[in-house]
Amino acid sequence: MFPGERTVFNIASFGSYLVPLVIVAIIAFGLFKHENVFELFIGGARDGISAAFSILPALVALMTGVAMFKASGAVDVIVSALAPLGKTLHFPSEVVPLALMRPISGSGSLSVLEQILKTYGPDSLIGRTAAVMQGSTETTFYTIAIYFGSVGITKTRHTVPAALSAEFCGFVMSILAVRMFFG
Amino acid sequence: MMSWVWFGLIALSVVFGICTGRINQVSQAAISGACDAVSLFLVLLAAICLWNGLMRIADKTGITGLLQRLLLPVTKRLFPNLAPGGAAMKAISMNIAANLLGLGNAATPLGLQAMSEMKKKAGATNTATNSMATFVVINTASLQLIPTTIAAIRIKYGAAAPFDILPAMWFASAVTLCFGIAAAKSMEGRPKRRLCRSAKNLPP
Repeated sequence: MFPGERTVFNIASFGSYLVPLVIVAIIAFGLFKHENVFELFIGGARDGISAAFSILPALVALMTGVAMFKASGAVDVIVSALAPLGKTLHFPSEVVPLALMRPISGSGSLSVLEQILKTYGPDSLIGRTAAVMQGSTETTFYTIAIYFGSVGITKTRHTVPAALSAEFCGFVMSILAVRMFFG
Repeated sequence: MMSWVWFGLIALSVVFGICTGRINQVSQAAISGACDAVSLFLVLLAAICLWNGLMRIADKTGITGLLQRLLLPVTKRLFPNLAPGGAAMKAISMNIAANLLGLGNAATPLGLQAMSEMKKKAGATNTATNSMATFVVINTASLQLIPTTIAAIRIKYGAAAPFDILPAMWFASAVTLCFGIAAAKSMEGRPKRRLCRSAKNLPP
């Protein structure tokens, strides 16, 4: 689908073009409409300060828990405990560490992904499954914690079960999709 | 629910830390994790100020209004309780657009703005509304079209065509997103019916 290195790198750098282009487009359009873009920007950014501070408590709470969890070696224990269950469900056990890390830590899951790609190769079925998994799911708990934390919502009702079942669906779909497209 | 998840994470760490003899690392991680949170906060503070400022310009010039109208066929079904053209709907549209484009740095600040607009509408409460829950579930599913970070890692380890996973990823993401929305919508009414109704009857 993307033959040749040149095309690949053009698309890979697409993201690098996008941010500056979006920024310049917004400011240019503001000037075109004769708005005082600098003053508007300062006003918006000032309101951003208080918004940003409101997420700090939730961030500290969650990241302390996640760091302790990573340091405890619990992931390795849970992975080996889940191995027989994974085998009966045909869930490739190599990607289970990623599935465990993905909802709690973005940087943690990226390093697990790197480890998997290094061990099994990016073009192996396992490597592809891991990459698709990383790309089609999100850091669920982090998102929930800061989004609700920022507005002082403590009763999240059905958010956690809905988001977690979607996360699980994402893992299963990643395995199925890679089997479908590359199997 | 988040209390239990949080407690579970920490309780498991302590139990496993003692069992695996890594309690020393766990104890250090408690402080280093909090420090990581503060350094991430500084990055987010910068991103939030930047995108809040740009959003103010985009708002004033009508860019957000235009985007909001473009996405309205989808958003009005996802968030029937929110007023079309309202500030919450605009912020939600900007967040969805930023997610699709893979502007992760922008998606979070815009998402937080959407949350604060929805909170304004909900009034003084500590309970999530249906719109908030649906919105957060959408943001916990990945909408990104071009996964540049993952492609970069795949290139690093010698992938022949780093983007060959795109169709599989889009397919998995789309199914996951639909599943998440369906899950959120189907769980809406169940726990406390009265609560949903009162959320609907709040002034816009």
